[in-house]
Amino acid sequence: MRKVTVFQKSNKANKEKILNLLLGSSVITLFLVSWELLFQFKLVNPLFISAPSRVVLAEIAIIKDGSLLANLSVSAKEFLLGYGAAIIIGFPFGIMLGWFKLIRGSFGPFIAALQATPRIALMPLFIIWFGLGITSKIVVVLMSAIFPLIVNLRVAMTTIDSDLIHVARAYGASRWQIFRSIAFPTSLPFLMTGLRLAAGRGLLGVIVAEVFGGAEGIGYMIQYAGSTFQTDKVFAGVLVVAVTGITLDFTLDRLGRYFDRWRGEVAVH
Amino acid sequence: MTNNNVIVASENGSAKRVGHSTLPNAGVEELDNRLSFPADLQQQLKLPDNRSVKLSVKNLVIGYLDNQTGHTMVAVDKVNLDVREGEFVTIVGLSGCGKSTFLNSIAGLVKHQYGEIRVNDRIVNGPGSDRAMVFQKASLLPWRKVGRNITYGLELGGMKPAEAKEKASYYVNLIRLNGFENHYPYQLSGGMQQRVNLARALACDPEVLLLDEPFAALDAITRELMQNELLELCEKVGKTVLMVTHQIDEAVLLSDRVIIFAARPAYVLADITIPISRPRKSCIKDSEEFRGLMSQIWSIIEGNANIGGGI
Repeated sequence: MRKVTVFQKSNKANKEKILNLLLGSSVITLFLVSWELLFQFKLVNPLFISAPSRVVLAEIAIIKDGSLLANLSVSAKEFLLGYGAAIIIGFPFGIMLGWFKLIRGSFGPFIAALQATPRIALMPLFIIWFGLGITSKIVVVLMSAIFPLIVNLRVAMTTIDSDLIHVARAYGASRWQIFRSIAFPTSLPFLMTGLRLAAGRGLLGVIVAEVFGGAEGIGYMIQYAGSTFQTDKVFAGVLVVAVTGITLDFTLDRLGRYFDRWRGEVAVH
Repeated sequence: MTNNNVIVASENGSAKRVGHSTLPNAGVEELDNRLSFPADLQQQLKLPDNRSVKLSVKNLVIGYLDNQTGHTMVAVDKVNLDVREGEFVTIVGLSGCGKSTFLNSIAGLVKHQYGEIRVNDRIVNGPGSDRAMVFQKASLLPWRKVGRNITYGLELGGMKPAEAKEKASYYVNLIRLNGFENHYPYQLSGGMQQRVNLARALACDPEVLLLDEPFAALDAITRELMQNELLELCEKVGKTVLMVTHQIDEAVLLSDRVIIFAARPAYVLADITIPISRPRKSCIKDSEEFRGLMSQIWSIIEGNANIGGGI
């Protein structure tokens, strides 16, 4: 009896999934078709809006001449170095901020103030300090990605189940053992959420920084194409960024679910 | 007849035997003859004297700071208690009377201000591997599978996971958890989780097992089943156990002695030997003797509640 109910439920869920997929893709198709039609019938100045077909052609062109790969590798390098630095600094710092009262008391307000500052507005300073090369972009990515990590890990430390600490203490655990066996596993799902948020912020950071001032990278490519009225190339660049973002988010979401598997049903969503 | 094995604290602090006081001229031997206990019962009443003292608590005083008044309050007031090897002793009392504080201090989680706690005649101050606690809430590490939860205590003691698994396997079988080692805690029922909690404590093979209202969070049916299981288990492994509970029937069913704590501050109000022979079955709950013991314990608790200004 119970099995039957479960089966029906999953069947219904499947149907809903398919329906959603159909609805979602038809809206996208409708959008692309009307965009193409606007261009073909010259209802809006083609210079302003380009067209899906033109974007595809531009995409092929930048792949062929190698400019996409060259710019993408620069942006990827900036992103990965900044993101990596954010993890290396943000993970332990966020945990310490949550774990040690003294560190929370002394650094808490400073972190809060820095977090409230729009980091991208500091870009002119970063260019003065680090130049127009990749260093200033790495710093922007670092500054963008580090706060979601710090905030999430700090929160993780405050959600530690005090009953578990009691158990550990009753079994004679040292402070380090309590940290390793309870605080650290508690922090992992929060780390994954932080990594996902940080990736989004970091990606935004690298593109904006390159648009702002630079001589290479996807952001620069978009900015240059825009200022020379190559609308199709602008869209081609934006498409690359969007696809990268979605891929990154999907991968980190899957990874997050893996680390959340002990939470059971609640984790799936 | 049941009065014979009751010790009630008198006003001057020394304990006296109520049963004996009604027969002032009778010697103990004479008394035994007069009451003509069954032979095995006599044996059992005498047995504790031959066994070594595993846990000894002397003049234990625990105070705490009341955050509202700012005064230091006494939670436990000069408690003396000896638990002998293989003995199952249960503490009952009104809620908030300090019995859990007392248990926590024996586990080393709460500091005491005065007195001493000895396990195997060695003074203990703080947690140690000679004691293991079973908590009211299962409090399993949710990211560890059942197997690694059971070995948690051993791993904290520095044992390698593989070696700990080997050592814990006996108790895993005993508590019938085999086959569940690779489940996560969320996949288990409340009763099963509590069994893992129990197995975790037993796996450490402690000198004294401490149970803090172990079945209080379970539903009535599961609680009954778990009581039976614990009864069976204790008779099999012969551990020295100190338990705290609110359930008088649970206390009588499982224990060799039931200690009644007075409320706020806690001190030993009565120390009642449960003369029901072992092995016991849960059906003894229907016996005259069982009900007599329960009502006796209840009347002492009730009397204390009335004197102490109620619940």
